[in-house]
Amino acid sequence: MPKIKIRRFDAKRKPQGLVQEWEVKEGSTLLEALTFIKCEKDPSLTFRSGCRSSVCGSCAVRVNGKEVLACAYKPQEGDLVEPRRFAKVIKDLVVDDTEAFKTLKLAKAWLGEPRESAIVTPEDEKRTERQSDCILCGSCYSACPVLETNPAFLGPFALTRDWRYVADPRENDIKSKVDAIQKNGVWDCTLCGECTAVCPQGIDPKSDILMLRTKSTQMGHMDPNMGSFGSFGLDF
Amino acid sequence: MIDVLIVGGGGAGLSAAIAAKEVGMEVAVLGKTYPTRSQTSMAQGGINAALGNAGADSVDAHVADTIKSSHMLGDKEMIRRLCEKGPQAIRWLDEIGTPFSRLDDGRVAQRKLGGASAKRACYAQDYTGLKLLHTLHDTALARGVRFLNEYYMLNFIVEENRVLGITAIEMKSGEVKTVRSKSVVIASGGYSGLYFGFTTNSSTSTGDGIAAAIRAGCVLSDMEFVQFHPTALKKSGVLISESARGAGGYLLNSKKERFVDELKPRDVVARAIWEQIKEGEEVYLDIRHLGEAFIEQNLPQERKLAKLYEGIDPVKELVPIKPVAHYTMGGIEVDSTHMTKVEGLFAAGECANAYVHGANRLGGNSLLETVVFGYEAGENAASFALKSNKKVPSMHTWLKRDSEFIGKIYQFANQIDFYEKRTSLGNAFYHKVGIVRNERDLKGVLAAVRRLHEELPLMGIADKSREFNTNLVEFIEFGNMIELAKTVLVGAIGRNESRGAHQREEFPDEDNEKFGGIHSFSWKENGELCNKFGGLRDE
Repeated sequence: MPKIKIRRFDAKRKPQGLVQEWEVKEGSTLLEALTFIKCEKDPSLTFRSGCRSSVCGSCAVRVNGKEVLACAYKPQEGDLVEPRRFAKVIKDLVVDDTEAFKTLKLAKAWLGEPRESAIVTPEDEKRTERQSDCILCGSCYSACPVLETNPAFLGPFALTRDWRYVADPRENDIKSKVDAIQKNGVWDCTLCGECTAVCPQGIDPKSDILMLRTKSTQMGHMDPNMGSFGSFGLDF
Repeated sequence: MIDVLIVGGGGAGLSAAIAAKEVGMEVAVLGKTYPTRSQTSMAQGGINAALGNAGADSVDAHVADTIKSSHMLGDKEMIRRLCEKGPQAIRWLDEIGTPFSRLDDGRVAQRKLGGASAKRACYAQDYTGLKLLHTLHDTALARGVRFLNEYYMLNFIVEENRVLGITAIEMKSGEVKTVRSKSVVIASGGYSGLYFGFTTNSSTSTGDGIAAAIRAGCVLSDMEFVQFHPTALKKSGVLISESARGAGGYLLNSKKERFVDELKPRDVVARAIWEQIKEGEEVYLDIRHLGEAFIEQNLPQERKLAKLYEGIDPVKELVPIKPVAHYTMGGIEVDSTHMTKVEGLFAAGECANAYVHGANRLGGNSLLETVVFGYEAGENAASFALKSNKKVPSMHTWLKRDSEFIGKIYQFANQIDFYEKRTSLGNAFYHKVGIVRNERDLKGVLAAVRRLHEELPLMGIADKSREFNTNLVEFIEFGNMIELAKTVLVGAIGRNESRGAHQREEFPDEDNEKFGGIHSFSWKENGELCNKFGGLRDE
């Protein structure tokens, strides 16, 4: 019977935050363990849950500093379970996802203008098959160190979704999508790959961001960081 | 001011929202979760449309298959409309960017699902529901649909049989609020959650919208029809896709004997497994002979889930399975415009009974229904809102009523643990209101459910905080489950025959003389549940 620690939060309680330790059943998933605690021990324990099979994206939390889907993770002795980062904690493991979800709108991550009689080949479809596996669990957003210093950064999942539509032969208006991810977007990413490491669907936002950078350059945008180096070079 | 309010952000709700937005309405989608976390995300198999991309097919064939599967409880006109609009729905989904799997020439790929006479299901790998749902969500964002996420609906506001909006708990703050609207579409999903612990569904499929609908004056119909999926993992009820059998997987009992043709329709296979289990056998899915390379390529999700929940590797071991509740055919009765008995209140998707599935749903028809009828419901709700010139009165009375109701729950005794009762309800439903039913057991469960209803004030919540109180939401969900449990039971008790997904031990055959084309209806009069059997729309 492994013991796990859960970081809890209640805005109306003093102290608001505390870490509690619980014994959970051997072999159960973390989501089953949380459900067991709620139904048998402490009904006030608060977390999100849904499909139990890794497609609804409801139950992402942090365990020992790494994002996991609670339904796909088996707890180990001494694990520390915490809410995701870069979002206000509402209660216990539930964070407010409103701001993170706004990035989808800011990135214009949709098909804006359908192209007449576009043909999508199996190769076209395969090119962004993995990207369209995204379940919007928010793991990558929580893992992204850029958000620590720039809360306005669009973050990995919105950029991946932007690329998924930029690469879609059915999209006629690629420009507005590429324009939308210049500020606080592709150039702010440090390519550290933390997002890729935690994605439960095996998506690689880092490489999608690189693709978007190339596309941006092709469409006349410039890396703002390169700009300053350029003028430095001319000073010789 | 909202013109059209949609309750539920799955496939049907988002299609309705986009349709209403298309004609310039102010549209909001409200739900207890985020739209992309809806049940639709779990649909794997596909969405039917007689495109004939992968061999000959026709709308007539699609209609015929669907009518056959409905066992005389489908409405031929509604089925025809659904099937006729299939190809156009796929074209629309393609146009808004759905990443369908493709044929070499770029047409949408199609595969055969159980009960279909042709390769008719369009799919996106094994993520059809997920990708369709996310594409609809992206489109709704693009078109400027408003989202009220994590609002838990309590009741519809109805005056003189006309809907005016809803009451809901804003979960983040815990406050009860009212949302006014000229028309409302319910797209809140099914009630497989009644089979707690014995369902493939998300823990959120508790039928809240359907329960609120019967309280608001709507009629529910055919509630006794619940589809069981033959192969869910034994310990967790998590789904192992039909594709495992489609690819050549066997079903074995403890003696390692096959006992049924694995490719028969879901209800037949589920019943065969149930009989084995009743005789004390364990039942296993065997896909070992398919080989590791094939399994890794074609059934990677299944392998992962079997390892996670059963601790076994299907490449080398047998997978213990059981049939569990998967889809609910019954729901809110709607007319051919998707309007319920309450004016301005429409319903679409699994929560509605638009009479296309009848006694047994065909795989691939539910996603189609969410898109086609969801869209139609949105259009009709928009027309209704446009014509509406009713002054919306003050919401104060309704706000006060439901705030007081919530206030009372905070003071309930909490002497009886409702989580324990939810588990026993799930057990009783699975074993006695499940795949094969009999009158004695059904009546026993009905008595138990009535007792649970009376005991609700002795239950209640331990968490007395306001913010994001899931203990409170789950308790109200449980109340809704009790409300719906009774309608399922009275339908199942009254239907003295076996038809599609409803099987009675004492009456093993279809009784067409008595029940052919005859539906069960439930509604409330002065708070009392009423029930009758009758033909479609002949009241």
